[in-house]
Amino acid sequence: MSAPGVAERTEILDAVAVGLRINGVEHELRLDPRVSLLDALREHVGLTGTKKGCDQGACGACTVLVDGERINACLALAVQYEGREIATIEGIAGDSIHPLQAAFIEHDAFQCGYCTPGQICSALGMVAELRGGMPSAVTGDVAAEVIALTEAELKERMSGNLCRCGAYVGIVEAIQETFAGQLTR
Amino acid sequence: MKAFAYSRAGDVEAAIRLISRNRPAKFLGGGTNLVDLMREEIEQPAHLVDVTRLPLAQIEERPDGSVRIGALVRNSHLAASRFIRVHYPLLSQAIVMGASGQIRNMATTGGNLMQRTRCQYFYDRQARCNKRQPGAGCDALEGFNRMHAILGASSACIATHASDMAVALVALDATILVRGPGGERAIPMTEFHRLPGDTPHVDTNLGPDELITAVDVPALPFAGHSRYRKVRDRASYAFALVSVAAALDVDAGRVRGVRLALGGVAPRPWRAVAAERALVGGPATVEAFRGAAAQELQAARGLAHNAFKIELAQRTMVSVLRSLLHEGAAR
Repeated sequence: MSAPGVAERTEILDAVAVGLRINGVEHELRLDPRVSLLDALREHVGLTGTKKGCDQGACGACTVLVDGERINACLALAVQYEGREIATIEGIAGDSIHPLQAAFIEHDAFQCGYCTPGQICSALGMVAELRGGMPSAVTGDVAAEVIALTEAELKERMSGNLCRCGAYVGIVEAIQETFAGQLTR
Repeated sequence: MKAFAYSRAGDVEAAIRLISRNRPAKFLGGGTNLVDLMREEIEQPAHLVDVTRLPLAQIEERPDGSVRIGALVRNSHLAASRFIRVHYPLLSQAIVMGASGQIRNMATTGGNLMQRTRCQYFYDRQARCNKRQPGAGCDALEGFNRMHAILGASSACIATHASDMAVALVALDATILVRGPGGERAIPMTEFHRLPGDTPHVDTNLGPDELITAVDVPALPFAGHSRYRKVRDRASYAFALVSVAAALDVDAGRVRGVRLALGGVAPRPWRAVAAERALVGGPATVEAFRGAAAQELQAARGLAHNAFKIELAQRTMVSVLRSLLHEGAAR
């Protein structure tokens, strides 16, 4: 890869060196620039928790956190994310599973489980957005200082994650139970 | 996806040099539209110049009440900005009504403006599309055209521009700052996106080697009382059938100032100039709102599946203006 601002001409290369920091671990990879962050995680690093659903940003199964913010790894070129802090479902748990993971189990918030890693990463990003004052399409007053995690807010903010088993009722309950107390003050 | 060369620009000058000397090339922002189109091989740049590390991610509030939004401010950060939420609520609302939380975190201000004006026939390589292949014809004209334009379209193209943010920006009279090999220039938002005419493959008036560096939004005190409403087929994560960006300033029952723009109805974010002209100085009544909306849609032309938008656009305009009027009176 060309150093910033140096190359005047660029050429097509089969692979370029890409350093990715994933769940706190550095990975030195050689990737075709066409490789998505999703394929880099699954095919090159062996972290298959992040799932490929639509591969076009519609389903959210590939949701990961970058510097704490949720993105669709399928629409991201891996080379663009060099040096960023990437977190996948494999990095969410500490010594024991994350409270949100436990709540998903408790509330039967999945059936086949394929969308679950994306749902959980998305919910973590969503809650951080809410804490940062980000309004949503259903927020009555976008200038409000504090926005409560009502069911309408939660559903709207999670609309980028599909569950074709239809486990939405359990997903909403699991997210609400985990975060409601912290957010409706 | 076709192979391409990737480079990362360290500063704006380098980005412009890189794009000038490597063709065909594209600037890469969040990639949410471009990477998708490249995967479908509808866009086939041989070079990508990644501009996401350029120092253009600031929201700069100015003493005169205006704001300069860096081209790399991400959509989510712009929507969450306290200054934008208080002074330009319609802009914050428009952004959060577009796409999904994940995509808004990736998408940049400049990239949002540069997303292709498009329809499903543009994506379908089996279909004829003048935008994808100039001169090929347009299968949308006689096809399923529910999502298509009723204003500003041509016999060559009836695709709409999907951005919600852009509809708010055109209502706010924003200016796009661009830098190219010849230096810097400013393009009014109202002139940034083009109508298709017989060249629908050209979406904007940005020059081939020009980079968007910022968006300037002038002060507009009455924009504190503004709204973006989006009507769509499902409640979330869907393009607009019709959307309305509006700000209203009423004094003693008369319209002192008004801004109106429409989304989902035209190949570009549609500033409702005729409706604004009809309203300013006149009575702030529902009858006047109806008359102004009818005037704006006079030139509209419906096709087999989208003629309903002509009435829907008028009703939505009236509804938004009426709610702004009532809220204003209640304050």
